[in-house]
Amino acid sequence: MTTARPTIPIRAEGAKVPTFDYFTTKKDELVGWARKFSIFPYPFVTACCGMEFMSVSSTIYDTDRFGAALPRFTPRQSDLLMVVGTVSHKQAPVLKRIYEQMCEPKWVMAFGVCATSGGFYDNYAVLQGIDKIIPVDIYVPGCPPRPEMVIDAIMKLQERIGRDHHVIVKGDF
Amino acid sequence: MNIDTTLGQRIGGDLGVELSLSHGMPVAKVEPVQVLVAATALRDRHGFDMLLDVTAVDWLGHASAAERFEVIWHFFCTARQQRLRLKTRVPEADPAVASLVGLYGSAAFMERECHDMFGIRFVGNADLRPILLYEGFSGHPLRKDYAKQHEQPLVPYREGACRA
Repeated sequence: MTTARPTIPIRAEGAKVPTFDYFTTKKDELVGWARKFSIFPYPFVTACCGMEFMSVSSTIYDTDRFGAALPRFTPRQSDLLMVVGTVSHKQAPVLKRIYEQMCEPKWVMAFGVCATSGGFYDNYAVLQGIDKIIPVDIYVPGCPPRPEMVIDAIMKLQERIGRDHHVIVKGDF
Repeated sequence: MNIDTTLGQRIGGDLGVELSLSHGMPVAKVEPVQVLVAATALRDRHGFDMLLDVTAVDWLGHASAAERFEVIWHFFCTARQQRLRLKTRVPEADPAVASLVGLYGSAAFMERECHDMFGIRFVGNADLRPILLYEGFSGHPLRKDYAKQHEQPLVPYREGACRA
């Protein structure tokens, strides 16, 4: 006994135009939607906030839910530079070079109060916030920040990426 | 870990100084020229086979310019589990003291750090390049007359970034 399984018609019977071959949207919305769910972070981990980064990226808090869990260990393949921890003046040239190696589009998160403002290391050795040398998109204060704060920051960044104007082909291309 | 009196007398007699106790740790104060002789004696005759620390204290405002910096060594005797502190005062004009690199290999890096932070010159240490600081850093940040927040950035700050 054979029962024909119901199939979903892709093409309407006899129709010349396929019914589900295209849809319309805005380019920025489509690209923004694609980009905001595939943020590849590059963790620039220099200090104790690294423990909090491990906690937020692994099982319980799991940044993979936001598409931001695949850390790339080369800045050339990453979209989000997460500066996790204290950056000293001696390390500043390294951070600057890492940032310059990243391809566009790129975003920067200052993770923890040291990366945000130097924290309580108000002295000769520590860079008083990474925004002195590279532009920062989102700041997460806290010493260290709670995982919820980091997730909130990722969501806020996603919201921003979704609303952004995404230039794909430049005029001189 | 109290020093035993006879041992204290023996070491003190050998170094030609009176040993004092600070929180249970014997302390010997010597003149800068005696440092190398004293360290050799401690290592060879009294079993202090390990150098734990080389550091300094800036007594700016508490001592005369001729005695501004106090250089401090910590020794450890692994057989007796005993520590000993050696101190000397060096002048502000020429803060120089003999290096212990010939006696203890571990002295090399610790003297470099002390040179970074206090500008003490260790005569005999061939490599006093910055170890924690970077090339081009001027001054010695742990000296009391170094402004606490005086930064010397390697990367120029961005347009609009405040506080140089």
